[in-house]
Amino acid sequence: MIASIAALLVLQLIGTIIIRFTGLPFPGPVVGMLLLFAYLLWRGATPTAFEATTRALLRNLALLFVPAGVGVVTYLKAVADQWVALSITLIASAVIAIVVTGFVLHLLMPRAARSRG
Amino acid sequence: MHSIAEIWVYLEEQPLLWLTVTVGIFWLCQQIYRMAGEFPLLNPVLVSVIAIVILLLATGTPYDEYFDGAQFISFLLGPATVALAVPLAAEAATLKRLWLPITIALSVGSLTAILSALAIGAALGLHGEMLVSMLPKSVTTPIAMGISDQIGGSPSLTAVFVILTGIVGAAIGIPLLKALGLRDPVAKGFALGVGSHGIGTARAFEHSDRAGAFSGLAMGLNGALTAILIPIVVWLFGL
Repeated sequence: MIASIAALLVLQLIGTIIIRFTGLPFPGPVVGMLLLFAYLLWRGATPTAFEATTRALLRNLALLFVPAGVGVVTYLKAVADQWVALSITLIASAVIAIVVTGFVLHLLMPRAARSRG
Repeated sequence: MHSIAEIWVYLEEQPLLWLTVTVGIFWLCQQIYRMAGEFPLLNPVLVSVIAIVILLLATGTPYDEYFDGAQFISFLLGPATVALAVPLAAEAATLKRLWLPITIALSVGSLTAILSALAIGAALGLHGEMLVSMLPKSVTTPIAMGISDQIGGSPSLTAVFVILTGIVGAAIGIPLLKALGLRDPVAKGFALGVGSHGIGTARAFEHSDRAGAFSGLAMGLNGALTAILIPIVVWLFGL
């Protein structure tokens, strides 16, 4: 587990350094992800221990967003005046985008690729 | 013998307090959510954010002080983003087979997310900084804040819209698609990633690794595409 965490941190660090020196408009971890993706494709299979650690991390991803979510408290006053219009827009737009994307992909998928997960 | 107040004052200075509160409340909310049969409005991110906000307001704790402790959780978002490569690499064959449907769904979905926010927001009387700050709400926070800054929005307002959009998508995305008859985990995951970025992706991973993999992919691709599309939309509509 420690080796896996170290590997993730090293990749994030490399990504951050690449961004720092190239000025690309992406977050460092995204570059780290691309590097890892390329490495795993080249290697052909993911080591079992590494897979277990990353799965545990990703299964609990939701918790990691809570501190940022609580940050909304800082802006309660700024959005208070227009909260009805803002809420309707955010909810409706999220629903429309999700439904449209999901169905476009579903309809374009070859029938054989669909599953009933 | 210390009084409760003294212990509280001591604890309040420790990052451990708010770290523990965050993990504890989230755990509790997760248990309630499971017991309630995953009822969408009891989404654990939604309920724990509300509970912690109430707690901060009730105890008069400033957000900075809360974040001193909670930052240790936020920090893990970096390694978790890197980790997204693992489920995605496992889906390399599917990815290769579906690249064209994925490209089209991404383009249509990305544009739909931006234009629906613009149309509905404008129709409801939102304008100026508030309206443009809302346009990048479907992409991951660092990219959305960068876009917002570039088009004359307020990056911090955008961050709020991004979080709220993520929570909305995570709470109702999967049950809604299921109710509409869409069962494929690839399509469900991808839709969640386009519409509600990382928080949607977190929800997709709770569904399955497959849905999570395509949600993470959608989040990354939509971040890049939205950064290109929004300046064009802003220019076309003279915002």
